[in-house]
Amino acid sequence: MKYRKLFFLATALVMLQLPMVSMAEPYASTYTPLPSDPVLIVNATILTGTGERIEGGSLLMSEGVIREIRADSQISENKQTTVIDAQGRWLTPGLIDVHSHLGVYASPNLNAHSDGNEISNPVTARVWAEHSIWPQDPGFSRALAGGVTSLQVLPGSANLIGGRGVTLKNVPAVSYQAMKFPGAPQGLKMACGENPKRVYGERKQTPTTRMGNVAGYRAQWIEAQKYIRDWEDYEKAGKSKKAKDKAKRPIRDLRLETLAGALKGDILVHMHCYRADEMMTIMDMADEFGYKVTAFHHAVEAYKIADKLAEKGICGALWADWWGFKAEAYDGIQENIALVDRPEGSCAIVHSD
Amino acid sequence: MNQQTPLFRKYISVLFASTLLILSFAASAQSIFINDATVYTMSSHGVLQAADLLIRDGRIKAIGSDLSAPPDARVIEAGGRPVTPGFFAGITALGLQGIGAEAATADSRLITEAMRPEFDVTTAYNPHATAIPVTRIEGYTWTMLGANRAGSMIGGLGQGVSLDGAYDSFLGAKVLFIDVGSDASEQSGGSRAAQWMLLSQALAESHSDVRWSPDALLTEAGRRVLAEFVGNGIVVFDVDRASDILQVLEFTTKYKINPVITGGAEAWMVADQLAAAGVPVILNPLLNLPVSFDQLGSRLDNAAILHEAGVSISFETAGPADTRKLRQEAGNAVANGLPYEAALAGLTVNPAQIFDLGDDIGVLKENARADLVIWSGDPLEVTSAADQVIINGKAIPMVSRQTLLLDRYLPENPNLPRAYIKPQ
Repeated sequence: MKYRKLFFLATALVMLQLPMVSMAEPYASTYTPLPSDPVLIVNATILTGTGERIEGGSLLMSEGVIREIRADSQISENKQTTVIDAQGRWLTPGLIDVHSHLGVYASPNLNAHSDGNEISNPVTARVWAEHSIWPQDPGFSRALAGGVTSLQVLPGSANLIGGRGVTLKNVPAVSYQAMKFPGAPQGLKMACGENPKRVYGERKQTPTTRMGNVAGYRAQWIEAQKYIRDWEDYEKAGKSKKAKDKAKRPIRDLRLETLAGALKGDILVHMHCYRADEMMTIMDMADEFGYKVTAFHHAVEAYKIADKLAEKGICGALWADWWGFKAEAYDGIQENIALVDRPEGSCAIVHSD
Repeated sequence: MNQQTPLFRKYISVLFASTLLILSFAASAQSIFINDATVYTMSSHGVLQAADLLIRDGRIKAIGSDLSAPPDARVIEAGGRPVTPGFFAGITALGLQGIGAEAATADSRLITEAMRPEFDVTTAYNPHATAIPVTRIEGYTWTMLGANRAGSMIGGLGQGVSLDGAYDSFLGAKVLFIDVGSDASEQSGGSRAAQWMLLSQALAESHSDVRWSPDALLTEAGRRVLAEFVGNGIVVFDVDRASDILQVLEFTTKYKINPVITGGAEAWMVADQLAAAGVPVILNPLLNLPVSFDQLGSRLDNAAILHEAGVSISFETAGPADTRKLRQEAGNAVANGLPYEAALAGLTVNPAQIFDLGDDIGVLKENARADLVIWSGDPLEVTSAADQVIINGKAIPMVSRQTLLLDRYLPENPNLPRAYIKPQ
């Protein structure tokens, strides 16, 4: 007993000495698949999600894993296997919604449930959407009924840099940790255009213009670069405890930690951006600071720069046909997704919002 | 070096076809003969296979098998494709709103807490609004212009309008819009109970000889408008909660008003009462979330339950930019139990009857208005499109600002920027 206490104390002391980068993952996923008997689905039109279509196919799953897919019904079953005859119906991977606000703007739409935009500063890279999630949002089960099995929940678009997003499996749970997709990287929500400049402009705060938006991001990236350097310098200062004590340990900063993660590529940048010209500016900015934009979201004008997006390896996460509700959405067309998908190496995604 | 890729050639041919269509739209008297269509009459004649239609002077002159095309008629080979009446676009701000977020372009609501039933949105209608061609080339030929609540629970007056692009193509009589429930309670002292108190007072005023009192809610014009709607006019109530819907039924019975329900998230709970009162419901069939406390009972089979109970239903969407999705929503109602024909009726004959437009619109029969659509396939499937829309007997140009944007950015020419257009 005594030894165990000592051991814990020693562990705690070691933990305090470690720099933030090597700490165990905080707010870790506790998701585990539910126990289940094997299920065999036969006579299905299977879309594998990898470009293949199998007519009259069969699929066997057990313990949460697909065990076998065949183009006939020759999969062997045991006594416990539940067999479902799909009668030619479609079988697809569970849908993934890369842009959701379920849980952070939970239904009913009450003031008390408005947890998606930390509208207190145009840069709130310090906040994590997962800390706002209400697992009881009825939207999770409705989305599941509609075929969505995984979703990335992002902060809103009021801020230039809104905070970290989280990827969930929309399963019934009492905590978001029990929904958290194991191993999924976090996202960073950023926003172009009208929303940040409207929200802060109306308060006579920066940004009030699109040029103010860009100046706002750039100042943040400059700080983040310095933060990375400070930690690298500290790590390089010496391996010994004595040398470490001598070097000045940088103060951990939640905002800069997020931005540094984005610059290093550990946190994927998801940017709300409608207009083609603004996306071009953002791509130049990403080159200036050496980071990658993973996806432009909404991107109503992505079709105008589909070739450029494909060349840069940036996805367009898009509405099927929403348009016209604000000036930056005025050039929306029905063919946006199809045109973004057209070039070699493209990445077109349908999202909900 | 030949820079004309197949896509570029397609672009040229699209431009050429568009020009031809615009020219043909300008021609006034036009006969159109549609050969070999599957015609959804939306009347007791049901669905006619391999039927022909003759259209002249804005009217359907004949429907039947083996008709012969007059020599002057433009012949459209339908090849068995479905033909339906032009669809109802729902209660919208089409022509009343340019960009939702830009107040300077939005005219569908009066921002005041005063009750002004005489506020009439039709005077702001602009047939050149971008959203009108965007909507009509997808098969929608008319809409009900709504007066939205923005302060007072009485929104004002709206009216049906044909999307033919004319300034004065209004259909039927004016309709009054009233919003009750939690979203209107801020304007009634914080309680929906006060809404009925205030509406009762307004109706009493409208029938009183008192010219003015310090507590008056209405102007003289407002009193006149409200008085008109008692006994004959149609009043659209935007209401979701079942108990509020029952209040609407009681109130409108008492004051002899013909109500139409929009919203109606919990209408299924009072389906029998609505059916008994003959009150129709215009609903969003994709509403399956308790978005507000008035909508806790939202469910995807709302339309199916109401139809089964004998309630006339039609459909609505969130805003002018979503209007073209109405047929997708109707398709979702079918996926959730509404019979197919009932969903088509909800887009055609039902709204025409709900707004008392007679049997001139929303049905395909001889001498009816020639508002119809030739579809590439099942109109309730997302993979189908409107191939040709005919309004008032004219084949409209299937061109909108969005098709022009597509034409502009689709061509691939490595020597020129994508946005390039030849200066004229």
